[in-house]
Amino acid sequence: MANMMQFDLVSPERSLASFQVTSVQIPGADGDMTAMPGHAATLTSLRPGVVKVQSPEGDKDFVVTRGFAEISADSISVIAEHAHVGGDVTKADLEDVLSAARAAAENADADDKDAAEKFVADMVDLLDAMD
Amino acid sequence: MPSLKDLKNRIASVKNTRKITKAMQMVAAAKLRRAQEAAEASRPYTERFNAVLGGLAASVGGSDSAPKLLAGTGSDQTHLLVVMTAERGLCGGFNSNIAKLARAKAQDLIAAGKTVKVLTVGKKGRDALKREYGELFVGHVDLTEVKRVGYDDAQGIARNILDRFDGGEFDVATIFYAKFVNVVTQIPTAQQIIPASFEDAEADGASTLYDYEPSEEAILADLLPRGVATQIFAALLENGASEQGSRMSAMDNATRNAGDMIDKLTIEYNRSRQAVITNELIEIISGAEAL
Repeated sequence: MANMMQFDLVSPERSLASFQVTSVQIPGADGDMTAMPGHAATLTSLRPGVVKVQSPEGDKDFVVTRGFAEISADSISVIAEHAHVGGDVTKADLEDVLSAARAAAENADADDKDAAEKFVADMVDLLDAMD
Repeated sequence: MPSLKDLKNRIASVKNTRKITKAMQMVAAAKLRRAQEAAEASRPYTERFNAVLGGLAASVGGSDSAPKLLAGTGSDQTHLLVVMTAERGLCGGFNSNIAKLARAKAQDLIAAGKTVKVLTVGKKGRDALKREYGELFVGHVDLTEVKRVGYDDAQGIARNILDRFDGGEFDVATIFYAKFVNVVTQIPTAQQIIPASFEDAEADGASTLYDYEPSEEAILADLLPRGVATQIFAALLENGASEQGSRMSAMDNATRNAGDMIDKLTIEYNRSRQAVITNELIEIISGAEAL
């Protein structure tokens, strides 16, 4: 099928999803992007956010924090450090990550400070968006 | 010659031991299944991660700007050995095999004039190496409280190692763990994690040309520390399965040995009981004859 692509979402602890989709919206480090079949091969790192998947069986959301996505013309793999199925995730799950990130940002040295603070800000955005 | 009472007590005590080892074996079998499932569930992540990282490493690795985690510090004077073992014993040769491999490596390195530092993960490895290499220990990670190893635990260990690397404490890091093959076979393995090496992933990963967002170097710099965590996580899971497998077969052997011992003791018990009866009969008969 030309207008479909294989979507895989894996986290270190388990594989969360693997099915055919029509498009995927990814929270890339430099901004959201939507990948559809035939997309140029791209490798992007992720910021904390929501991966939105459209498939013939309906739409699905996944919450991811850190990780990267590998996009090719006929497949897309999201390799996330933490991933949850959209409906299952609670704010409490993510608040642990946020507090850990805050602590890391405070202790980070000058080189990493920006990246750590950006991560905290992205996490806050994500939590706000869930309200 | 032990008395009948003594024999009876010994049989009872060996029977108790057998019950305990049998229970431990069954618990290990149940835990092994869970550990194997966890190891399998993490495999897609590890494989994809390494494929991508391997491809990236192959294309950036040659340049002078390659990160230290990939290219190394330019020296291999100081080695960090990360010895990952179990928190608990009674699992056959599992812990001692890993310790043995680490010890051999440490000896080689010291003989070659290198500086060796040891970081232990898991109490048993620390105990095994303390006497010989106690002064080389730089730290210990305690996982006693961890019921199920998660990625966060691996990240904690990785951060510990990376902080030391950034602080210039060592040039090369190697992890020691046992690869799970099946219940009777676990292979103690040494794997170099810093500088990262990818032998098998390079071939297929490098063939695709990617657009990179942000830049290739930025992604690589972001991924390499995570690669360390991923490798440690995979090793922890392998170790978990190996530990339970090893314990299962060790306890199976112990149960069987206890059974053999009970049989032997029971025969001895029956023989001495018969001897007592025969003795009594002889005494009665010779008493009757004397009258």
